[in-house]
Amino acid sequence: MGLHVDEHSNYNVLSRIATSDGHGENSSYFDGWKAYDNDPFHPIDNPKGVIQMGLAENQLCLDLMQQWIKQNPQASICTSEGVSELKDVANFQDYHGLPDFRKAIARFMGKARGGGAKFDPERIVMSGGATGAQETIAFCLANPGEAFLIPTPYYPGFDRDFRWRTGVQLLPVQCHSFNNFKITEPALVTAYQKAQRCNIRVKGILVTNPSNPLGTTLDRETLRTLVSFANEKRIHLVCDEIFSGTVFDKPTYVSVSEIVEEEPYYDSDLIHIVYSLSKDLGVPGFRVGVIYSYNDAVVSCARKMSSFGLVSTQTQHLLASMLGDDDFTTKFLAESRRRLSRSYKVFTAGLHMVGIKCLDSNAGLFCWMDLKHLLNEVTVEAELELWRVIIKEVKLNISPGSSFHCSEPGWFRVCFANMDDNTMETALKRIRTFVYRGNDTAAAQAKKKNKRWNAALRLSLPRRFEEMTIMTPRLMSPHSPLVQAAT
Amino acid sequence: MNQKLLLSRKAACNVHGQDSSYFLGWQEFEKNPYDPITNPGGMIQMGLAENQLSFDLIESWLHSHPDAAGFKKDGALIFRELALFQDYHGLPAFKSALAKFMGEVRGNRVTFEPSKLVLTAGATSANETLMFCLAEPGEAFLLPTPYYPGFDRDLKWRTGAEIVPIHCSSSNGFRVTKVALEAAHRHAQKRGLRVKGVLVTNPSNPLGTTMTRQELDTLIDFVLAKDVHLISDEIYSGTSFDSPEFVSIAEAIKDRDDVAHRVHIVCSLSKDLGLPGFRVGAIYSGNDAVVSAATKMSSFGLISSQTQYLLAALLSDDEFTRKYILENRRRIKERHDLLVEGLRRIGIRCLDSNAGLFCWVDMRHLLNSNTFKGEMELWRKIVYQVGLNISPGSSCHCDEPGWFRVCFANMSEHTLNLSMQRLKNFVDSGEHRSTHDSGHRSPRRQFLAKWVLRLSALPAAVTA
Repeated sequence: MGLHVDEHSNYNVLSRIATSDGHGENSSYFDGWKAYDNDPFHPIDNPKGVIQMGLAENQLCLDLMQQWIKQNPQASICTSEGVSELKDVANFQDYHGLPDFRKAIARFMGKARGGGAKFDPERIVMSGGATGAQETIAFCLANPGEAFLIPTPYYPGFDRDFRWRTGVQLLPVQCHSFNNFKITEPALVTAYQKAQRCNIRVKGILVTNPSNPLGTTLDRETLRTLVSFANEKRIHLVCDEIFSGTVFDKPTYVSVSEIVEEEPYYDSDLIHIVYSLSKDLGVPGFRVGVIYSYNDAVVSCARKMSSFGLVSTQTQHLLASMLGDDDFTTKFLAESRRRLSRSYKVFTAGLHMVGIKCLDSNAGLFCWMDLKHLLNEVTVEAELELWRVIIKEVKLNISPGSSFHCSEPGWFRVCFANMDDNTMETALKRIRTFVYRGNDTAAAQAKKKNKRWNAALRLSLPRRFEEMTIMTPRLMSPHSPLVQAAT
Repeated sequence: MNQKLLLSRKAACNVHGQDSSYFLGWQEFEKNPYDPITNPGGMIQMGLAENQLSFDLIESWLHSHPDAAGFKKDGALIFRELALFQDYHGLPAFKSALAKFMGEVRGNRVTFEPSKLVLTAGATSANETLMFCLAEPGEAFLLPTPYYPGFDRDLKWRTGAEIVPIHCSSSNGFRVTKVALEAAHRHAQKRGLRVKGVLVTNPSNPLGTTMTRQELDTLIDFVLAKDVHLISDEIYSGTSFDSPEFVSIAEAIKDRDDVAHRVHIVCSLSKDLGLPGFRVGAIYSGNDAVVSAATKMSSFGLISSQTQYLLAALLSDDEFTRKYILENRRRIKERHDLLVEGLRRIGIRCLDSNAGLFCWVDMRHLLNSNTFKGEMELWRKIVYQVGLNISPGSSCHCDEPGWFRVCFANMSEHTLNLSMQRLKNFVDSGEHRSTHDSGHRSPRRQFLAKWVLRLSALPAAVTA
């Protein structure tokens, strides 16, 4: 088997969905991935390689989970301590999920949000990661051609997850830096009216809170504005809260679930949450997505659709046990926040030293970096030009704001939670060199300052961070078209 | 407030098929499930095509291979790597092992290349993904009847694709003929539907038969002539326990470059290995564009990395897979023969079958009337009075009333014998002839208890 038929003849043979660009992988966004794949950084084997800062992964606390697993062999159905459960677990394919798993997830969701709201296990619906959850919720709420409003900048994957096979549209609600990209009612109204003028039926709003790529959390006032707007227009509000457990600083996180509990006169049938363990726990490989809807009909429909992406019962069983360990989850969430906060502070301080500002943020695994002052002109072309320079010369794979549909050129998302201290230091060094390149006097002065600062930093680092496992450079992403797994 | 108006059409419709009798029977079982000790009068589940016969083989392998179990590679913990691994190309070790296993199940008469495999969350996801790749909304695939009720959901629901039946009849053992294929194609065209392909399940669910070489050649000629695709759902390939030997479509198109790009195989470990909870499915396609598109779509339903890792170790063990395949087949055959013999003693015949986890049972002679109404009447009696959840042929879109799918691999021998006893009593008592209305949704426990409980008082010799 395996005749490679040329693309042209295949076009008649496959569907439009299969042959379109809806998967989004042909965008120039992926040039960065290619550069990284061809030349991945490794502290020993390839110290001059490209450092991956475009992957929003949480690698800071895997050691804690690894330790828990070592201490709890019964949680695996394959160890001698746990194999007695194999038959029941392996045979279980009920799309309601293992009862203990749902209970544990509901409980963890509450804890990750600081205990502000409670979650009902009966409303937990599984999905193939948040990717599967977003697609499923789109299938449930909108028909092909209908639209969801989405504040910019937003995660590029939504273009695929929400639109590709569903035929649903995403219409931007433009947000701007002058007010820190706040979602305002006038912006919502403008977007809604624009859709109406184009005869596009708006079925809902999709927000990410905490925001990717901004790293900020929505305040109560904004959440109420969103809920109120949805209520007024009789449209849905889907809140992607997959980063809710990564809130490492004030202001305190407010989940839309709290608004639902506080404001009973708003129709909760319009409110739906998408969640996942990929960011909070750092386990994207386990494919644990959740749809949590306050609408019974949506729960019912999404549950039937979950047949297309159920969580492996082996994984459900393991996580039911891990997340059911209250002591562990409390300690884990606290430590995770602490480490994220630290990494964030080190990174932003390093940037600040060379005059690079980031949007003030309190969550997420990344910074929203302002490089407008480095652009030749404030255009998308200039932004992409700068980006290519950063990839090729500075050798950092960061993500240009235009790939997030940002309304203003010059912003970049930079991830910091997928590397150890040494790699971060290397990255900062390269940035420093790049910024001061071409200005010898300024560079010399800055270098002196930096050396002293660096030494101070090294001495003050606690031992355990130096012992943190070095990241394998060949980390995979489903978005990378060229990646082949290493193991 | 009209809730349904707020949602999509897909959410408000019932194409998911969950209102069909196939699923209703399950629901009744959930309300009153049989248990040899705690609920001996309960309903016996014979509507679930699961393979529960060979877990012990997997368990004992795990006992002797602690590494795979505990996230270890040569003793070192690799939890971290697995936790982060989300590449939709899949774990290479797993794909290699799966490709090898697929070949072994087919007697090594064909080999499979890992690069043509796309991993999906179960066959459910694989089938839907193939539809998204091959058909536009409104386009159709031809399926021989009777077929697995889940296809109505998997192939049509979110994709908008249509199913047009290829009518097969008991007169020739429900074989697919050229005449039937052509008739289905014409019928589709009359309905204004563009046909994009044919989907067959081989070994067949619900028939339990494997396609003959002649049938396969007929199919190949047909898809060539009509310039369409051929999907072969081969998830029961490891359950073929008797001659004639199972012939995969891969064998039939060996060395046929003119047709390889049209042929796509769906596999799963849910039936062969009895691990439906792990959600392991795959698409195998000779068409690079399909592999590419389906791989991207698999993002919506990837296989958990820890499951890939475990199964990579399990399936790479040649000695294990060789022994497992043989022993699994032996046990399936044994259980199949038990059911067939049990039914024969009641004067009930089955379609001659050589694969699957079920029998296609002929109860036409027990119908009050040779109609689907008569079939439903009989079915309700069997579910509510006899306490057996079996699947009526109409739920599988069978053209002829009176056929039922009865599963045998998801229960102990004792339970199987008990179910036959209950059925025998039912048939002997002539209850099937009564026009007594037993169409209530709630089980008629009183009537059920009378002679069912008497049976359950027999000594229980529970075997695996």
